[in-house]
Amino acid sequence: MSSRVIINTTINGEPMEFLVDERDSLLEALRERIGLTGSKEGCNNGNCGACAVIMDGRLVNSCCVMAAEVQGANITTVEGLATGGELTPLQDAFLEDAALQCGICTPGFLVASKALLDFNPNPSEYEIRYWLAGNLCRCTGYDKIIRAVQHAATQMRA
Amino acid sequence: MQDVTYRRPATVQEASQLLKDNGPTARVLAGGTDIIVMARERRRDTSMFVDVKAIPELNQLSFSASEGLTVGAAVPCYRIYRDETVSRLYPCLVDSTSLIGGTAIQGRASLGGNLCNSGPAGDSIPSMIVLEGEAHIFGPNGWRTVKVEDFCTAPGRNVLDAGELLVSIKFPAPRPGSGARFLRFIPRNEMDIAVVNSATNLTLDGNTVTHARIAIGAVAPRPLFVPAAGEALVGRPLTDETTAAAATASRDAATPIDDMRGSVRQRKHLSYVLTERTIRDAARRARGEIVSHV
Ligand SMILES: Cc1cc2nc3c(=O)[nH]c(=O)nc-3n(C[C@H](O)[C@H](O)[C@H](O)COP(=O)(O)OP(=O)(O)OC[C@H]3O[C@@H](n4cnc5c(N)ncnc54)[C@H](O)[C@@H]3O)c2cc1C
Ligand code: FES
Ligand code: FES
Repeated sequence: MSSRVIINTTINGEPMEFLVDERDSLLEALRERIGLTGSKEGCNNGNCGACAVIMDGRLVNSCCVMAAEVQGANITTVEGLATGGELTPLQDAFLEDAALQCGICTPGFLVASKALLDFNPNPSEYEIRYWLAGNLCRCTGYDKIIRAVQHAATQMRA
Repeated sequence: MQDVTYRRPATVQEASQLLKDNGPTARVLAGGTDIIVMARERRRDTSMFVDVKAIPELNQLSFSASEGLTVGAAVPCYRIYRDETVSRLYPCLVDSTSLIGGTAIQGRASLGGNLCNSGPAGDSIPSMIVLEGEAHIFGPNGWRTVKVEDFCTAPGRNVLDAGELLVSIKFPAPRPGSGARFLRFIPRNEMDIAVVNSATNLTLDGNTVTHARIAIGAVAPRPLFVPAAGEALVGRPLTDETTAAAATASRDAATPIDDMRGSVRQRKHLSYVLTERTIRDAARRARGEIVSHV
């Protein structure tokens, strides 16, 4: 029988202690136990990237991580991007370039793009497309998203 | 999700004991990119996840000229393709690990998970076969080793017995004058399951092939080592004719099925084409040329 366990992690820079069921995924824990609903459930099987978060410096799909695994980890969700109500250049670029329509994919794209720019501040178009291949968008046709990431990268290097 | 419990053993002994005590529904959890989804979708009855990522031996990634390369079974793909030594000496592993899933999958997915999932199309398995990988296994009867080409037995099945876990995969240091290459065919550029995949590792002395290993995947119930393909090259000069003979041996060894990803005829044809291409690229790498993984 699964039981409840107490998890201690840092989420978006803040130490957090919360209770999860051993059978919860990290995505379920974020959304249902902690109320951080920015990470979205698209496919729940690793294919769409809507649930992407950064865990100890690497991009992961939170639907493919068990909540019990994140004991002691450092996690960044889409809620952790903007600070003090100020959007980051990446978020601004998504708005400016109209890189979203329905928006369900946007948190995943933002988190994945942040992970890319943290790792490589000057990616080529090819590198951006390759890095974001695990994020699906059924609305925009991707071009505007790629352009937004390019613009954000230019802005951030300035 | 099914009613699962979660354990995080710190040693291989503890992990083996948990697997033994809790029976076949206790599942090793490495990167979870196969097993979490399968457990959730009830494709695998699961009562316990035995998370092996706290065990030091499963996180090891080390090389020495005498011991070769040791890849802990739970080391995720991104650590492998970002490793400078692996990139220089085992670019074939970079070919495989950089196209398993997308970035977020590569942040978690391991070679051990790919091998133990034992899918016929597993994209790291042909590479591990041609690089002479050896699976190091720990279980109730202690340690044993199995060659990667003998590890998988049928779709989703392998040689692991009750209570056993894969600890690491070891590869000998590359032979002087050798080069290896992995390629996969999918209808798009990334994020799909192989229609066919192939790897070749060959050693050249001038233009004469002195050693060759070739493997193909997604064309049989398990990833296939094709000794006849290597034998078609060894002791001969590398020419269009000998390359064609090796590719023909691959095509002959393939026993594919028809499914939504490809027909028997297409898969037979691709076994030929991919073998030919991996031989060409492996030879370029053997001669010291840089062949990019994409
Ligand atoms: C969106 C998506 C895309 C994918 N793309 C690809 C692809 O392009 N190519 C490809 O080959 N695969 C692909 N996969 C499948 C999967 O990512 C790989 O097979 C991966 O290598 C599995 O590794 P893991 O560490 O996540 O394994 P896990 O899911 O943790 O484990 C896989 C299986 O092996 C067992 N296991 C794991 N480690 C051990 C061990 N040390 N000892 C004993 N048993 C063990 C587990 O119990 C389980 O049955 C994809 C999956 C997803 C979700
Ligand atoms: S919801 Fe996690 S990848 Fe789609
Ligand atoms: S904006 Fe609708 S899925 Fe991307």
